[in-house]
Formats: sequence, structure tokens, C-alpha cells
Amino acid sequence: MANSNRAAPAATRASSTDEFIKGLWRENPVFVQVLGMCPVLAVTNSGINALSMGLATTFVLVLSNTLVSALRSFIPKQVRIATFILIIATFVTVVDYLIQAISLDIHRALGAFISLIVVNCLILGRAEAFASKNSVGRSILDGLGMGLGFTFALLCLGGVREILGSGSLFGFALFPAGFQPWIVMILPSGGFFTLGLWLLVFNRLKARQAEPASPREATP
Amino acid sequence: MADQVANNAASRPPSWPMYRALVGVGVVCGLLIVSVFVLTLPIIASNEAEALQAAVFEVLPGASSKTSFVLDADGHFRPVREGDNPQQMVHAGYDTDGSLVGVAIPAQGMGYQDVIRILYGYAPQQQIVVGMQVLASKETPGLGDKIEKDPAFRANFEALDVALSADGQSLAHPVEAVKSGAKTAPWQVDGITGATISSKAIASILRQSGAHWLPLLYPRRAELAQGGGDDGQ
Repeated sequence: MANSNRAAPAATRASSTDEFIKGLWRENPVFVQVLGMCPVLAVTNSGINALSMGLATTFVLVLSNTLVSALRSFIPKQVRIATFILIIATFVTVVDYLIQAISLDIHRALGAFISLIVVNCLILGRAEAFASKNSVGRSILDGLGMGLGFTFALLCLGGVREILGSGSLFGFALFPAGFQPWIVMILPSGGFFTLGLWLLVFNRLKARQAEPASPREATP
Repeated sequence: MADQVANNAASRPPSWPMYRALVGVGVVCGLLIVSVFVLTLPIIASNEAEALQAAVFEVLPGASSKTSFVLDADGHFRPVREGDNPQQMVHAGYDTDGSLVGVAIPAQGMGYQDVIRILYGYAPQQQIVVGMQVLASKETPGLGDKIEKDPAFRANFEALDVALSADGQSLAHPVEAVKSGAKTAPWQVDGITGATISSKAIASILRQSGAHWLPLLYPRRAELAQGGGDDGQ
């Protein structure tokens, strides 16, 4: 699923804008490819956590895609996975230090999940399926699109969970003082509920898009 | 013979490009990590110092400067030097006139999920705890983490009695957690409904840390009061 675009013949190569757009919507890493579920469920209990996690992942994704793509003719295929992991782990360590330098509070809130970006299959997936076969420019666009798509999905979850679970969004209270927060939404089970609802919405949207398109394609 | 060698070479991939790729990427990555580490180290250290300073002023209302002390081997408090263990430090807070407001003491203990780290302010003149802040905890969101924000719970630590007993070796009344609303004595902590274990944990951290630090601090309060002024942070 991660490399469905690779199945397309070279003649119909996607345009540069398309490389960027596909990660945001058509091949959204969370809602369509269902990749990287660990941070999606674990750190989206508030908008700010979701945003920082999304941006950290985007940073790692763009830089690892760039380096993998730049070195793709230099890396023999027998050791490619080891090299990719090495590159990804390096950028995760870098982002770990950068977050500590930017804000200790965010670092504390994200905790172990920053280091766990290393094992986010989205990042290795893009390195293997895209960056190791495409030019640097396209790989950057792909990483940026996928990363922002991931951030968007995390924000969808984090926003809903924070509004219902804490009665605020990005720390600003939204409801009058009488609001009783739904504590379940900021607990892990709330993450599953919200993810399930968003997947429902996305699949419904996709089904509606596909309906009017299919009869036209059927008639030659 | 020559055939065999050629065969071997053809069936096995050449190893030099593999070494080159792995070592090359390893060296580049190593350099990158080291340079980012060196660049961010001073910023992270100053962030941590700032966070500590903010926490000290938070638990010692009225303090405007602080000096950190460690207990010497010969039983005197001296200002910290490079390389002292942060867990062994206490932070004396002074008001604008330079007189001692109180001492902020870091402490930790087991909570519901993981270790809870707190900082609390002790005013030696009145022998009370004047403030408490949770530095790090992994308590259940929405339930146990009320120990961090709940105003009613935090009000427990505005004047919590931690007076020493007559011999000065232990607390006269060990801090204890009681059911929500059942507080009758100034050394009791009103618990939070739904966060019983977490609120008991805070009381027990205060009890244990107080039993260790307060008999040391109280007789030496004059030493700390003299050390007034900023330690340059």
C-alpha cells in the first residue's frame, strides 16, 4: 500500500505538485496507509503535543529522504536497510536535542515517543519505497507531503481529543467553567475511538468521491 | 583455479562498496550528532536552569533570587560547585531585601504509574511548607495528574505544618493524606477523590523527604540566611 504509486508505469510519472499533494490526502499516511499508529494513538491527547510530534516526524522524514536519495547510488542494496536506519536514527537524535533546546515542557510531554520516531514505519517506508529510487527534489517533496499529511492527521485526532477531553484547544479554554471534560478522551482508549471515527469519515469521503467517477470510467 | 576465483567474485557481491557505504554514512552521522549536541548543550543547560529557577520561585512565594547549596561532609551548607549532584542540592530563596524566604527542596517517590518528582518550599522561621510543585510525573491524565493543577489540592501546601519534634530529630506530626474534605489538623493533606494513590504518594514523599532534610536544615537556617544574593543565574 505504501508504494502504490510505484505500480504506475513510468510514462504516467506524477508531477512535482502531485508528489507533494498525494501525502496530504490521497495517500495520507494515517488515514489511508494506516502507518505509524504508535505515536498517533499515544501522543495526540492535546493539540500542541500532536503538532510537535507531527513537525518532529516531518523534520526527520524530509532530512532522511534527502540524504537517502542523495546517497542512493552510493549505497549497495545489500546494506541499504542498515544504512537507512542509521540515517533515520541520526536525525531522530538531532531532533531530540533540538526539542530540548526549544522547550523542555514539550520534550517532557512527548517523552519516549521522540526516540520512537526511529521505528515509525512511515519513515523507513518512504526511504525504501520512494527516496531510494527518486531524485533528491522529488524525495524532499514526498517527505514534506507525507510529513504534513501525518501532522494533519495527528492534529485531527489531537484537536478532537483535547476539545472533548480537556475543554480547550492549544491550551485555550473553549467552554464555560461548567463544562465537564470527557476524561476518557485523553486516556488511550479515547485515541482508539477518535481514530476509528476519523477513519470512518475518511472512508465515507473516499467512497463518495469514487461513486460519481466510476460510471464514467466504465464506459470506454 | 583462476576460474574458481572468478566464480566466487561473481557470486558474492564486492565487499568494498558495503564497507564504504556503512563506514562513510556512520562517520557523517556521528559528526552530525556530535555537532548538534555541542551546539544545543548550552541552550539545554540554560533551559534547565531557567525551569529550576521558575520552579523555586513558584514554591517560595516572595522570593526573587536564589542560591543553591549542598551539604558538606563536615555538616555545613556550602554554595554548589560544578559537578555536584542536583538531587543533593537545596535552593535557598531570598526576597528583594536579601533575607531568607525559605528553602526549596527537591524530592521524589513512587506514584501510581512511575516515580513522581516534586519540589517543595520550606519556610524555616514558621516551620511550614509554603508551596509544592510537581516537576515530573506520569500519573493518569485526568485523574492522578490533578496533583499537578487542582487548586484545592495545591492549597494544602500553602501552610502545611512540618514542625520538628522536641529533640529536633524527626517531624512532630508526620505529614499524612486524609480523605477529601477530612482535613482537621495543619499537618494533614486533603486527598483528591479519584486520585487517592497519587495524593497519598505526595504526602509520603513530603513525609520522607521532610524527615531527612528538615532536621538538617532547621538548625542551620542561619548559615543559609547569610548566603543571600544571586548565584549568577
